[in-house]
Amino acid sequence: MTGFLARRVLLALVTLVILSLIVFFAGQVLPGDPGRTILGPFASAASVRVLDHQLGVDRSLAVQYWTWITGMLHGNMGTSYEFQNQPVEPFVISGLENSLKLAAIVLLVVVPLGIAGGVMAALNAGRAPDRALTVLGLSASTVPEFVSGIVVIMIFGIWWKVLPVSASAGQGASVGSQIKHLLLPAIPLVLVLFGYIMRMARAGTVEALDSDYVRTATLKGLRRSTVIRRHVLRNSLLPTITVIATQTGYLIGGLVVVETLFNYQGIGSLIVRAANGKDFPMLEAGVLTIGVVYMVATLLADLAYSILNPRIRLGGANE
Amino acid sequence: MSDTVLEAAPRGLHGVRRTRARVEIFRQLLRSPSFVVGSIILLFWIFCALFGSLIETQDPLGQNLLAPNAAPSLAHWLGTDQLGRDMFSRVIAGSRDILLISPLATLLGVACGTILGLVMGYFGGLVDILVSRFVEAVLALPVVIVAFLFIVAVGHSTITLILVIGFVFTPLVARTVRSAVLSERGLDYVASARLRGEGPLNVMFVEILPNVLAPIIVELTVRLGYAIFSVATLSFLGFGVQPPTPDWGADIFANYGLITAGFWWETLFPALAIATLVVAVNLVSDSVDNALAG
Repeated sequence: MTGFLARRVLLALVTLVILSLIVFFAGQVLPGDPGRTILGPFASAASVRVLDHQLGVDRSLAVQYWTWITGMLHGNMGTSYEFQNQPVEPFVISGLENSLKLAAIVLLVVVPLGIAGGVMAALNAGRAPDRALTVLGLSASTVPEFVSGIVVIMIFGIWWKVLPVSASAGQGASVGSQIKHLLLPAIPLVLVLFGYIMRMARAGTVEALDSDYVRTATLKGLRRSTVIRRHVLRNSLLPTITVIATQTGYLIGGLVVVETLFNYQGIGSLIVRAANGKDFPMLEAGVLTIGVVYMVATLLADLAYSILNPRIRLGGANE
Repeated sequence: MSDTVLEAAPRGLHGVRRTRARVEIFRQLLRSPSFVVGSIILLFWIFCALFGSLIETQDPLGQNLLAPNAAPSLAHWLGTDQLGRDMFSRVIAGSRDILLISPLATLLGVACGTILGLVMGYFGGLVDILVSRFVEAVLALPVVIVAFLFIVAVGHSTITLILVIGFVFTPLVARTVRSAVLSERGLDYVASARLRGEGPLNVMFVEILPNVLAPIIVELTVRLGYAIFSVATLSFLGFGVQPPTPDWGADIFANYGLITAGFWWETLFPALAIATLVVAVNLVSDSVDNALAG
């Protein structure tokens, strides 16, 4: 168990280093001269050189990477190009906070819904409810968030006028009002994730229903509801947990789009704005933060899975 | 003597079985309603992309500042946008770029991913460990974010879009191919090919590749769906197809601010176009997956 965990953490760290190299490469090596980018094409070569020296981008790549990554580790993410000399961290932190609020609402809705849908489909495997749910889930998970987002804005926000179209409730709004404003942006993300979670829960449940222990339990004379609760669900929900964590990536990708569509100040809209303004320090910090969040989520899922699954807890790790 | 038997027998057998299996799979696909419906929609959009100018009622770029934001009517079937451009013609013409970029990016990603996956699965060891870490690192970020990180860094163009999406897909495909190769690697035909003295390139591409084609084909159709999803999303965020070129994602971005003013048609119709295309591709890929698995 400890060996398994230590290995997972180590692998995650190696992956993070590679991730930081990719972000560094894309953010600082590919774009060329940041001094020229900031000052524009008409600035003199001398002033560009001075600014480059101030920014430290005239040093060797290895030195630049080291300064950048050690700064990150100390919580110093650099200064924004767009907002003159303001540190990047407060933007990233408040963005992350807002995004987590939205993500929490999405997960609270989609996890029970997806699992219920998957179990229901599995219990009716091959019949009409199963097919309807499968087609619905497949379609919902493949339509881009801004497309379903527009449809829900039109239905709930404009035709029925039951929910606010803007995502932020404004300064000092009550929790209830904040949640109400986040419901509409949550729907497209729920739709995208519903399909994946439902499929996973369905597959797990079908497999469990097919197993010898369920047949034994049924032949033993247990009531069907008892069999499902005690034997089927316990085994089918395990793989679902891992899949929810691997969906964090999709969730974050969706946040970028939904936050832009609903004009919500999360980390997704932050990096889109940074990218449009070529504000590389902000962009790199945002992207790296997202990578770390994803790593932590998958690590926690591995942990939860290994605690819940005695085959891993007691045996070794099996790839 | 024994050499010729070893060489001829497995290939001959495989060949006959494979042709028969292919015909059977194709028949099964034609019986599946989701495959038929998906293909019809997909073919419609491919037709629009190739011969759109035959259907377009007006020039998709032609502005008419006297009729901005006109509601759908006989003159403008799907209305006009804020510059008075005909939405019907723009929706038809909008299929062009997305149906050029997505398949090319998919092919690039699947080709590179297959090569990488074969190498990782066949050689294992240090190569596998290093590449796997790299794959994990790329997977830690949503496709769209990696894509626009690179697009911002090198500037956008159609070629960049194809290369970036292909690059992001490569590790995803490689992972699938790698695990398929791992289960093939230990089989007798690979061992006998090695004993015959075939080089690693030959074993990978002539012996193993034909046997892992099924997951690669599934990957191809699934990736196409994601590619369309990604191109549309990137265009919506402003990092994909650039205005004034007709494009569904870019048109939605340009017009969605006007929904609250009641001008819903200029946003809804491109949105429906994207929805039908991605659902069609996924219906096809889902039935191909079922046919190859069953």
